[in-house]
Amino acid sequence: MAADRSPAADAAVAAVKPPPGAFAPFFRDFSENRAALIGFILLGLLVFIAVFANFLAPYGPSEQFRDFVRVPPMWVEGGTAAFPLGTDEVGRDMLSRLMFGARLSLFIGVAVVIASMFAGIALGLVAAFAPGWPSIVIMRAMDVILSVPSLLLAIVIVAIIGPSLTNTIVAITVVYLPNYVRLVRASALSEKSRDYVIAARVAGAGTLRIMFLTVLPNCMAPIIVQAALTISNAILEAAALGFLGLGAQPPSPEWGAMLASAREFLQSASWIVTEPGLAILITVLSINLVGDGLRDALDPKMRRS
Amino acid sequence: MFGFIVRRTLLVIPTFLAIAFLTFVAIRLVPGDPIEVRTGERGISPERLAEFRHQLGLDQPVWKQFIDYLWQIAHGDLGTSISTHAPVLQEFLTLFPATIELALCAMIFAVVLGIPAGVIAATRRGTFIDYSVMGVALTGYSMPIFWWGLLLILFFSVQLDLTPVSGRIDLLYYFEPVTGFMLIDSLLSDQDGAFLSALSHLILPTIVLGTIPLATIARMTRSTMLEVLGEDYVRTARAKGLSPFRVVGIHALRNALIPVVTVIGLQIGSLMAGAVLTEYIFSWPGIGTWLIESIQRRDYPVLQGGILLVSGMVILVNIFVDVLYGVLNPRIRHGR
Repeated sequence: MAADRSPAADAAVAAVKPPPGAFAPFFRDFSENRAALIGFILLGLLVFIAVFANFLAPYGPSEQFRDFVRVPPMWVEGGTAAFPLGTDEVGRDMLSRLMFGARLSLFIGVAVVIASMFAGIALGLVAAFAPGWPSIVIMRAMDVILSVPSLLLAIVIVAIIGPSLTNTIVAITVVYLPNYVRLVRASALSEKSRDYVIAARVAGAGTLRIMFLTVLPNCMAPIIVQAALTISNAILEAAALGFLGLGAQPPSPEWGAMLASAREFLQSASWIVTEPGLAILITVLSINLVGDGLRDALDPKMRRS
Repeated sequence: MFGFIVRRTLLVIPTFLAIAFLTFVAIRLVPGDPIEVRTGERGISPERLAEFRHQLGLDQPVWKQFIDYLWQIAHGDLGTSISTHAPVLQEFLTLFPATIELALCAMIFAVVLGIPAGVIAATRRGTFIDYSVMGVALTGYSMPIFWWGLLLILFFSVQLDLTPVSGRIDLLYYFEPVTGFMLIDSLLSDQDGAFLSALSHLILPTIVLGTIPLATIARMTRSTMLEVLGEDYVRTARAKGLSPFRVVGIHALRNALIPVVTVIGLQIGSLMAGAVLTEYIFSWPGIGTWLIESIQRRDYPVLQGGILLVSGMVILVNIFVDVLYGVLNPRIRHGR
């Protein structure tokens, strides 16, 4: 446990020799896992598309071509290369909408993870370091959140604060908060009584310093794995809310919302339904592949199992 | 053991009160006035409005409304639906069997396929079979189930015309509900084809709702099975000359299943969440559809009572799982 090494000492070690192999075995394990590597490449591609959607997409996400309503994908009879994945019920290019949708979905996922992770770390550390009523209040509140089924809770929150993209993020953040709080509290409690923490306390470190600088870095591995798994669930849940008409509102190219408005064309123009769903599946799958690889690489017990 | 159960149950009371309070406060923050929704655009005379508000108790101070609400809950009265005028508890009890039937079938589907899939993957570790089973499981785990439902409808109902698209049974059949479970009721009714009709309505929703639990159970079974298979007693069993089937099926599986049982119990909450989506897609007349419609109609009492009842169910199931786990694993019982 080298948690208390000062940054200066770290820099000195780094200057003398190449950094010791903390990252190397992790990277080796991760890249040996072919599934994780495929997930990583797919995810990289998706992030690239999301970031550069403005330049990559052939048209704008809400640009309508009234003469080309419900044109099938180019490989189906009647399709045209001008709209490679076809057009939707009001003549918008599916490919462009899906590309801009990737931006929305990934943004939702990342925003939820960041928000719930930071709030969860703060609350979890307080719960671990302030026994008595703060801890009780926080943990009971988390029990309440956990006892309402996730999607139902998100639905109720969105019903109260109104359906929109921002509120979707708020609702899903609340839903995933307990996972982080419990995780952080549990690992902080077990770290708290270790010798290095006591040493830091004896050396005169304040509680806040011990919480965030001494204990927290040693609790990060499970939090990172949890974060990877949260992104994919958050994307799924945001899409579900959009599908129920409670998330991002049309004409937003959010994938779930695209599915909601396309339901009636299931029979006549099935690509309007299949394509957004496939996009969700591929995104979530690639994140889960990476998450699994991350867990296996970070958890020595799971190594090569 | 008894003390453990009592302690675990007492812990739940504040949680339940907090949920009652939160739903109570939250529902009052919802934009839109329930009376406005009911009267529509034609408007209403001020006297009638005051009368309505008085009937619904909306003219009382908020804290008084909450105390009254708790008092009512204690007496099993969860209010009256604003749109149908039926008691919320009665509506819940009428619709709940539909959700339970669906959830049970989905769970059976998930367990019956998931555990063998996990065992097969673990015993053929590193082979093509293992990779395909786990690949399929991860895909199922990543599935947006509302889209999965639409795909299944597209393929089986629209293209192949094999299964019906919505509802619990064909409109041709009608009988008084006895148990509330359509499969059992249709058998009891003695009407030809009623059971098959109920069954065919159940197949697609079961698959849709069961997919994520199936994938979770298969993954969990595989990883615990792999751990157990490396234990000494399994080697001993092998060395004794027991058949591989006996070693895996009896000796290893029994211990591997303990964590799986917990996971199955923990799935109940997400099963309820999935049921909302599944019921919405298949117009299944259960709790999920009921709650979504109550949001659209701003039916406060239904939403409030419904969330309370659903969370109560989840809490009860969690206690049950905890107790069961305490029975299976004594370390939990005496721990902490």
